[in-house]
Amino acid sequence: MIRILKNRVLKGIVTKHIALDLSKGVESAGKELKVLIRKQFGRSLNLREVDTGSCGGCESEIISANNPFYDLQRFGVNFVASPRHADALLVTGPVSTNMRLALEKTYAAMPEPKFVITVGDCALDGGVFKGSYYIKGPVKDILPVALHIPGCPPEPQEIIQALLVFLRNKEK
Amino acid sequence: MDGAKIISFIKSYLPEFQPFAVTQAYVDELYIKVSLESFKEVALALHRILPSPVMMLFASDERAVSGVFEVRAVFISPKERQWVVLVVDIPQENPHFNSLAKDIYSAALFEREIWEMFGIKPEGHPDLRRLNLHDEVWPQGNFPLRKDFTQVSGEALGEYRFNRVEGEGVFEIPVGPVHAGIIGPGHFRFSVAGEPIVNLELRLGFTHRGVEKLFEGRSCLEALPLAECVSGDAVFAHSLAFSLAAEKISGITAGKKLRLLRAILLELERLYNHVNDISGIALDVGFSFPSAYAALIKESILQLNAKLTGSRYLKKVNTLGGLGVDIDESQKAVLLNSLKKIRKDFLELKKMLEASVSFMDRVDTCGRLMFKTARDLGVVGFAARASGIPTDLRKYFPGVYAEVNFKMMIEEGGDALARLNLRFTEFMESCRLIEELAGKLASGPLSSSGTHAHLCALGYAESARGPVLYWLKTNPSGIIERCKIVDPSAHNWQALAYAVLGNIIPDFPLCNKSFNLSYSGNDL
Repeated sequence: MIRILKNRVLKGIVTKHIALDLSKGVESAGKELKVLIRKQFGRSLNLREVDTGSCGGCESEIISANNPFYDLQRFGVNFVASPRHADALLVTGPVSTNMRLALEKTYAAMPEPKFVITVGDCALDGGVFKGSYYIKGPVKDILPVALHIPGCPPEPQEIIQALLVFLRNKEK
Repeated sequence: MDGAKIISFIKSYLPEFQPFAVTQAYVDELYIKVSLESFKEVALALHRILPSPVMMLFASDERAVSGVFEVRAVFISPKERQWVVLVVDIPQENPHFNSLAKDIYSAALFEREIWEMFGIKPEGHPDLRRLNLHDEVWPQGNFPLRKDFTQVSGEALGEYRFNRVEGEGVFEIPVGPVHAGIIGPGHFRFSVAGEPIVNLELRLGFTHRGVEKLFEGRSCLEALPLAECVSGDAVFAHSLAFSLAAEKISGITAGKKLRLLRAILLELERLYNHVNDISGIALDVGFSFPSAYAALIKESILQLNAKLTGSRYLKKVNTLGGLGVDIDESQKAVLLNSLKKIRKDFLELKKMLEASVSFMDRVDTCGRLMFKTARDLGVVGFAARASGIPTDLRKYFPGVYAEVNFKMMIEEGGDALARLNLRFTEFMESCRLIEELAGKLASGPLSSSGTHAHLCALGYAESARGPVLYWLKTNPSGIIERCKIVDPSAHNWQALAYAVLGNIIPDFPLCNKSFNLSYSGNDL
């Protein structure tokens, strides 16, 4: 326990100040994101992630976005275990034929209102897996997609910023 | 380095052994062509005398050229530093061969894959249920890896039959394919009697994307980005294994500098994977501070990767016969400085975990994979080393690792604690390797081109999970005709089903994380 406390103090606060370079210049994206989420979703935005056949790179970066360095949760974005608790579905991968039903069922299990976010290049149009015999995607042919976050894989910072820009536009 | 020795071994074991042809295609690859009738006995002989699990077993469709299918079984001979490839022609009429599955466990899944992908029947196989092409969505009789496959036809859908455990008080718990965490999809069917798990059946294949077929028809350079998307946390190992195969075929020899740089990047990939797994193990027992601490170490390694190469996951770094980046003196200083900090943090992490009695008690004896079970299953790589099996491609085919005195790490326990401890020791060894490899960097040519005589080759690299293998065949103009990928996860998933027996369900996430196998690498 002593060691944990020691390391807690020695490490200090590691969380990165995420700034967004928009026309107004550099501003704190996180604070704004939090305000927007409060306004639009009550307290927090709850996401449920579904891998439909990604290589695992996007999952790794989504997990990284939750590490103490980026700490997505402090802006009010939570990852939940059940689709029944989710506001939005985060989908990665090009939709393997085997995953199509599971994807549809997960979406159906979510309460309204709900929307879908795709993450990574292969979720957009199949990416490197385009044209395969076993791809049923892209996701947008199966579910209505509100936001796409590009990248292979997108970096945690890009994921956070994309969410912010999306919520900002949604407000307008 | 002697293929002739292996042939004489087989002859002393099988006096009537009469191969059609023996080819030493490369210094480390021995091809033995045998008749369909003798395939099984030669394979069993190799399995016993080398001794080696079936490292790869796959088919290719050569009907357009020679009117036959070909099946290849790949074994490894650590002593002779050889890959031994057994080749057999399968007639296209009623294609079949004698199954090895009842004698060699590690052949079983490969044979099921050959059956579903090519329609070549392993005669005598006890279980021909399909793996990646799920019965509920893919009609019977469609064999996508055959060359004449164009699109799926027919409507004969079916249902997958799970093995059932019956008896009083036995109940089933189905889990997946969508899990609670941010993780790949897979279905686990537990049979539980009281609390302990009495059977676990894994149904994977949910991330099947038809990767191997996508390789076909591309040039090696065009296919490289595909290899990097097979398993997202073993990007460099896959890229390296693929390009080593492609380089062999095109006659490119990597220079010393390239081999050093690649070894450094391979070790960096191992570092972030090992610390990520430690983070996961801590998280799955609810020990959140060390988990977050380990996640920070992973983040700093990813950021170091980005600083050195421009990519956090080392994507688009490796090319054929070269590397998109160089590590110059200033970058070397960055690397060594960061490594010092990373190592210091890592030692703190280790102390924190070891100081917690309840944590250590939880991992101790959890998910034990006994040496004998691991050996019989043909478990490879990291998981094998944690069960006391000495196996590491860096030891067998050392290359530049010989110059830095690589030490293979082993743990005897086979439980989650052994896998945790092995991650500790391998992490420290990898740090040392990177420092010493970086010390040997000197300017020189990255690669030289030479002659090429063969159109197929095997490329391999030891990823954090174990050996990544690529068998590649091109036509004379360099277009890929067949690419077979074997990720270590394909060998090791079954080990999980044995390791969890007798454990309770709440310990399953911990067992699973202590192996941390790849869904996408397995499903392809």
